[in-house]
Amino acid sequence: MAEVLLQMDGISKSFPGVKANDKVSFHINSGEIHALLGENGAGKSTLVKMVYGLMQPDSGSMKLSSENFRPSEPSKARQSGIAMVFQHFSLFDALNVAENIALGMENPPRLEDLSEKIETVSKSYGLPLGPKRLVGQLSAGERQRVEIIRCLLQNPKLLIMDEPTSVLTPNEVKTLFETLLRLKGEGKSILYISHKLEEIREICDYATILRNGKKVGSCIPKDTSAKQIGEMMVGKSFSSPSRKSQEFGEELLQVSNLSIRTKDFFGTSLSNINFSVRVGEILGIGGVAGNGQDELLSALSGEEKTSPSTIKVFNQPIGKLAPDERRAIGMRAAPEERLGHAAAPAMTLIENTLITSHSEDVINQWGIINFDSVKEKTRDIVSEFDVRTPTLDNAATSLSGGNLQKFVIGREILQRPRVFVVNQPTWGVDAAAAAFIRQSILNLASNESAVVVISQDLDELFEICDTFAVLTNGRMSKSHDISSLSPEDVGLLMGGSDLDLKNRDKA
Amino acid sequence: MVIFGIDLVLLISALMISATPVLLAAVGEAVVEKSGVLNLGVEGMMITGAVIGFIFAVNTQIPIYGFICAAIAGALLSVLFAVLTQYIMSNQVATGLGLTMVGLGLSALIGKPYEGIKSPTLSKIEIPILSDIPILGPMIFSHDAIVYFSVILVATVAYVINRTHVGLVLRAVGENQEAAHALGYKVVRIRFLAIMFGGAAAGIGGAYISLARVPQWTEGMTAGAGWIALAIVVFASWKPWRVLLGAYLFGGITVLQLNLQAIGVAIPVEILSMSPYLVTIVVLVGISLFGHHTAPGSLARPFHASQ
Repeated sequence: MAEVLLQMDGISKSFPGVKANDKVSFHINSGEIHALLGENGAGKSTLVKMVYGLMQPDSGSMKLSSENFRPSEPSKARQSGIAMVFQHFSLFDALNVAENIALGMENPPRLEDLSEKIETVSKSYGLPLGPKRLVGQLSAGERQRVEIIRCLLQNPKLLIMDEPTSVLTPNEVKTLFETLLRLKGEGKSILYISHKLEEIREICDYATILRNGKKVGSCIPKDTSAKQIGEMMVGKSFSSPSRKSQEFGEELLQVSNLSIRTKDFFGTSLSNINFSVRVGEILGIGGVAGNGQDELLSALSGEEKTSPSTIKVFNQPIGKLAPDERRAIGMRAAPEERLGHAAAPAMTLIENTLITSHSEDVINQWGIINFDSVKEKTRDIVSEFDVRTPTLDNAATSLSGGNLQKFVIGREILQRPRVFVVNQPTWGVDAAAAAFIRQSILNLASNESAVVVISQDLDELFEICDTFAVLTNGRMSKSHDISSLSPEDVGLLMGGSDLDLKNRDKA
Repeated sequence: MVIFGIDLVLLISALMISATPVLLAAVGEAVVEKSGVLNLGVEGMMITGAVIGFIFAVNTQIPIYGFICAAIAGALLSVLFAVLTQYIMSNQVATGLGLTMVGLGLSALIGKPYEGIKSPTLSKIEIPILSDIPILGPMIFSHDAIVYFSVILVATVAYVINRTHVGLVLRAVGENQEAAHALGYKVVRIRFLAIMFGGAAAGIGGAYISLARVPQWTEGMTAGAGWIALAIVVFASWKPWRVLLGAYLFGGITVLQLNLQAIGVAIPVEILSMSPYLVTIVVLVGISLFGHHTAPGSLARPFHASQ
């Protein structure tokens, strides 16, 4: 019988105004992959931060291998055999792989010795990695390898993984799962945090489900349907987006021979990108982050200018037009970064509405702002897109990620753009809000608009898009009819190969 | 070694002396900025070091005590900045500017009785054997202790930042404060110490002006050296050896243009006087155009250890 490695008893933790964890209890056995499931804000991260020593519980107790365990800082947790792979915030772009790994270790060896060790361990686990490479230039999958190897070098008993697959390609996910199963075979336990149900059903032995800081259930994922688990997570059922099949009209957006040299050292230059989007069509652009998505969005939004005829809307060359001028002819964009790019964090929702709409009914010829009209628009966004905010005067940064995303998408969609480009529409957004946003994108497209959705979430693209292309290393594949693509085709596209050789594309 | 009426040996020897205050302040600030903090109070810490160093050196007649007290004074003043920016989360730019004002005012006040007095000066240390080398000896190996100290400090800082774990942690904190915190590093404590180091270095740099370069105290005598030190750090891409290059370039042109003024070349004095600032910045910008040199990722961003 497997022994209990980590026992959590009645763990509670409060922040001003929120109870992040409320008497949570569960245990993890040795050699078990244990899923911690829940929506954003359910309290998963807070819980694991306490295991990793970044926070201390207000009440409740933890036991590691039957001994009382209450790490006061991460180094104590690491000494006790706990390692963590973070979702964000734990790598240093400007440092190389070996330096990054040394930073996460207790008593790191000399960098030269460490580099050798990294090569040995990374090879033995099938995760090749050059120790001298600059982390800022690695792909998302490689960055995660850095974190995993950093953990493995500590020889941990428990490995915590926070949303490990959110940025990986299907192939990288496969490699990761092989590694995890191998670790499990070595008797290590893994605490796997995710909201992706299919993954959890594939790899986890046991699941604990959190909602609003409380444990609401547990199950053996292999024996439970995704729908059941999903309802436990959300607490209610929600409808998946639906779309009407329809004919596409004329080409509204045409991009030809678009090449851009990136100005960001860690960015990706675009080379020779061609595609077009028709009325009623939603083009999904997949690919792992850092392959030119941000550059493509800024070229389409007008932040980055190109020669005029590379981008055409209604057959007009617009490559030289500024974002404002593009909005005036009905082309709008919503970037990935909600705070700081799509919305100004410290400004109110009303002011943020103003940012992308300075049409004449809002600002008159003398430059005077008509705040009544802006307020009206803001109220429309908030009510039609179900943005939960106490008042319209709340700062953008005070909204939760999902609510702010609904606001940003609503702000653009309510202007009825004929061409709409959106990057990562539902990143970090809970399932109900994500379903809502996807539905509104579908509605926009069926309202005579052409839409481009850039996303790393393949499930999302397959749910709402009509055509599909992949951005790899600044190059874009041809777009294909999404219903004709098999998962293997997608894998090939993501790997940078083109399907044209198969000569089966009719789109 | 006389070229166009200028003795090259004397020129190089004088440039090392002239550059030392800026070099010390700049290498200290480089460490501060590597940790992700922008302290614009360098000028204020330098002038405070200048006056405190002067007072202690005059009263004890032992210059080295002056330098030690200057370092302590600079560090103490920087503690004020550290407390305000790291604990009370005040804005770094405004606080740094305020620190400069405080330093200038305070030094004028406490230095008043000391105007017109001459300070004891440091004796030269001739390094055995090396100082006997013709030309190179009197040029480089015949200086006072602080000049050697400043070069050793640059070498030490370069080594620590690039080759040791302490340096790696310092860079990590400056590069990505959230990540460093997530890994369990004490961001605020590390920055606090870096700020104090910067303060002490600026204090010694200031004292070198009042105890060695000019050897007397006058109000406002740092004359913008702290600002040029800040500029040098940026244009040197936060690399210690380039900071040395920038400081020596600045010192060199300063000395050269004084010599040119003395021999009466037909260039307007105004242009000669501004040339050190201009040339230093142009050259360092030129160097920084090549390769990848971005500022520490978390530079001047406030850090609050929350959820």
